[in-house]
Amino acid sequence: MTLVLRMIAQRLALGLLTLFVVSLIIFGATELLPGDFAEAVLGQAATPETVAAIRRELGLDQPFYIRYVDWLWGAVQFDFGSSLAQRGRPVADMILGRLGNTLFLALYAAAMAVPLALMLGILAALWRNSLFDRVTNSSALSAISFPEFFVAYILIYILAQGGWFPSMARMPASADLGEKLYRSFLPALTLTLVVTAHMMRMTRAAIINLLSSPYIEMARLKGMRPSRVIVHHALPNAIAPIVNVVAINLAYLITGVVVVEVVFVYPGLGQLMVDSVSRRDIPVVQAVALIFAAAYVLLNLTADVISTLSNPRLMYRK
Amino acid sequence: MSDKDILLDIKGLKIEGKAGDDWLPIVNGIDLTLRKGEVLGLIGESGAGKSTIGLGAMGFARDGCRISGGQILFDGIDLRKASADKLRRLRGKRIAYVAQSAAASFNPAHKLMDQYCEAPVRHGVMSRAEAEHDAVELYRKMQLPNPEEIGFRYPHQVSGGQLQRAMTAMAMSCRPDLIIFDEPTTALDVTTQIEVLAAIRDIVEQFGTAAIYITHDLAVVAQMADRIKILLRGDEIEEADTRTMLAQPKHDYTKSLWAVRSFQRETQAAPEGQPVVSVRGVSAAYGPVRVLDDVSFDIYARRTVAVVGESGSGKSTAARVITGLLPPIEGEVLFEGKSLPADYRQRTRDQLRHAQMIYQMADTALNPKLTIRKLIGRPAQMYLGLRGKALTERIRELLHLIEMEPDDFIDRLPSELSGGQKQRIGIARALAAEPRFIICDEVTSALDQIVAEGILRLLDRLQGELDLAYMFITHDLATVRAIADDVVVMQQGRVVEQGTKAEMFAPPHHPYTELLLSSVPEMDPDWLTHLLEKRSKQGMPAPGAI
Repeated sequence: MTLVLRMIAQRLALGLLTLFVVSLIIFGATELLPGDFAEAVLGQAATPETVAAIRRELGLDQPFYIRYVDWLWGAVQFDFGSSLAQRGRPVADMILGRLGNTLFLALYAAAMAVPLALMLGILAALWRNSLFDRVTNSSALSAISFPEFFVAYILIYILAQGGWFPSMARMPASADLGEKLYRSFLPALTLTLVVTAHMMRMTRAAIINLLSSPYIEMARLKGMRPSRVIVHHALPNAIAPIVNVVAINLAYLITGVVVVEVVFVYPGLGQLMVDSVSRRDIPVVQAVALIFAAAYVLLNLTADVISTLSNPRLMYRK
Repeated sequence: MSDKDILLDIKGLKIEGKAGDDWLPIVNGIDLTLRKGEVLGLIGESGAGKSTIGLGAMGFARDGCRISGGQILFDGIDLRKASADKLRRLRGKRIAYVAQSAAASFNPAHKLMDQYCEAPVRHGVMSRAEAEHDAVELYRKMQLPNPEEIGFRYPHQVSGGQLQRAMTAMAMSCRPDLIIFDEPTTALDVTTQIEVLAAIRDIVEQFGTAAIYITHDLAVVAQMADRIKILLRGDEIEEADTRTMLAQPKHDYTKSLWAVRSFQRETQAAPEGQPVVSVRGVSAAYGPVRVLDDVSFDIYARRTVAVVGESGSGKSTAARVITGLLPPIEGEVLFEGKSLPADYRQRTRDQLRHAQMIYQMADTALNPKLTIRKLIGRPAQMYLGLRGKALTERIRELLHLIEMEPDDFIDRLPSELSGGQKQRIGIARALAAEPRFIICDEVTSALDQIVAEGILRLLDRLQGELDLAYMFITHDLATVRAIADDVVVMQQGRVVEQGTKAEMFAPPHHPYTELLLSSVPEMDPDWLTHLLEKRSKQGMPAPGAI
């Protein structure tokens, strides 16, 4: 167990280093964006004097490294500065509610997609090359091949036009959990359809990959049922690749869902990010990008820990 | 013997394997009968269909194979007509299987005990608690160390020889009527092999279990089997009880199997001049683990030094030091009296050229995407600067040297060659550099005996023609007897004994050399019994305690 704890500590330290590098890249990248906030906000009224005045007021005339150090110092204290577009409003305030929404939707979709994908993957491996296998595979592939917005509109056409679920996912502030689940069902279902295929196919492939191993043949020659051979003998050895794919998909659910948010008017982080980029609201962009990076780091860390726990060769030395 | 005693009755068994769109025969109509408590040895080279028949006796065919004809009666049950579910209930419970590589056949994700208990509990033979108790008993019978505790380890925490015994215990868990042993000791060192053979023989006798014992090693099967059946490419050659078969083999093929071990090269003149390669006081380590400790030996032109030892003794590491792949922490390697840089990256092209290697697995040592022309041509091009016509001429000459017809082979890919032919290409590739010295790392251990002998004869001839010095790494003492002039015996990274072959094979021996020598199975069916008696009298450690 100490082995795992040490590994977690090491990986967390590495994760922090990664975030630091990412923050540098984000800061550098936003520097490279064409135009600047002062010109964008003044539009036609931009004269050299007014531009310079706004730049001075917001500290934009300082050199790159000073602004970076200021920003980093704030960021480690969870103070991401204040928004440029909404004068003086702290970035943290703007993000907090959105982050909650994004995590809620991601969890909701994951709670449907992960068990579904694992179950379908295991069954497809058990009944490989059967009708079930082919139907599951081809439907999963079609779901992943359509663009997300297309899947979303199809669902709206069928389920929202039919009056079963709302097509707009905007929440009243007072919504309880049941209400929230009901209102955000369509975006969650869309995301489920989009991410299930990848995880399901990986589960199937990882298991089938092991079926020619001598220890699988041994299990068969010991007279074990096919279902036991798959679940008890193959699956435990296939956990590492499966968990890694699940982690990548969960990260996608947090960071990559802007299209679905737009279609269902769902107030998540993705939309905030896109809006802020177009408004040159750099502090918000930086904070959101850092959150996205942290999500990737944490999920990959979790995947690595689970892979290690699932492998006795790493857990118990000779 | 009445018919009631017959446990397994196979008639006209045909098994086919898929090759592209066609089904090709692997087993062409084999008859086999086995009485209760009897042990039948199945002998043949690779591709003879031994394992396929063994699995067929369980009504099982691997993916890409199918049982296409004949009858398999197990205790009156027709396995070809039985439902999948009925077969499943027989497997593990009444017919069990012991695989060649226990390390690969135990599931790495579960403890030995969980895997042991699976069959008895799932087949409803006994409860988990009873099975665990029984497992400890069997582990003790199999002379495994710490029988109470070993079941609660994972497979990777247990050595190969112990795993093989644990797998035999697992096969015994439901007290089956029949066990198929599929080359259970082939992957083990000779000293470990003895322990496993003794343990298997005891337990099979004790429970009166019938067994099919599959192997390519005649001396091993002579210890284990009551009767021997010889197979060649899916056909039966002959069958007789063990003693008759050993004393009076009828068929020519059988006689040729018996004669394989007869090759022995002529005694060479005493070495003269300075050695081609000298290893002087070399110690080496992988990280903090010291794997070579003060190793010294010399290799002369026209002579072969056999480096012998079990896995982990450091023989391959010595080769890595000589070739510069692993710089030593102490000592040096001399080539014709001059010190070689420790790291191959610091050696000159000529220094590299003079030390070539031939590998154990010709399959993985040859780039599968290159034709033989390229495989052999590259070293000739790189070291000797041959181009165009001269290069082609040289490649053809090399192919003649290894007794392969250039016109037939020069543009083939490795996948179009047999195992022995691939190893010949490996030899030609080493010769292409025109070296003085070649390291042969277990070059015959992946080959069948007849093929291996051809390779040994070829190497012997080439050495005489080209004045080569060989370092021959092997764990097989029969190979040493055939080809060596000098022998270096290694154990745990040290040289325990060295000298000429005559000195090595004549007493007195170093105790470890004695152990190695006495552990090589002989054709005598009483060899194992006598050896175990002798060892217990001399107070040598019992099998399992080592």
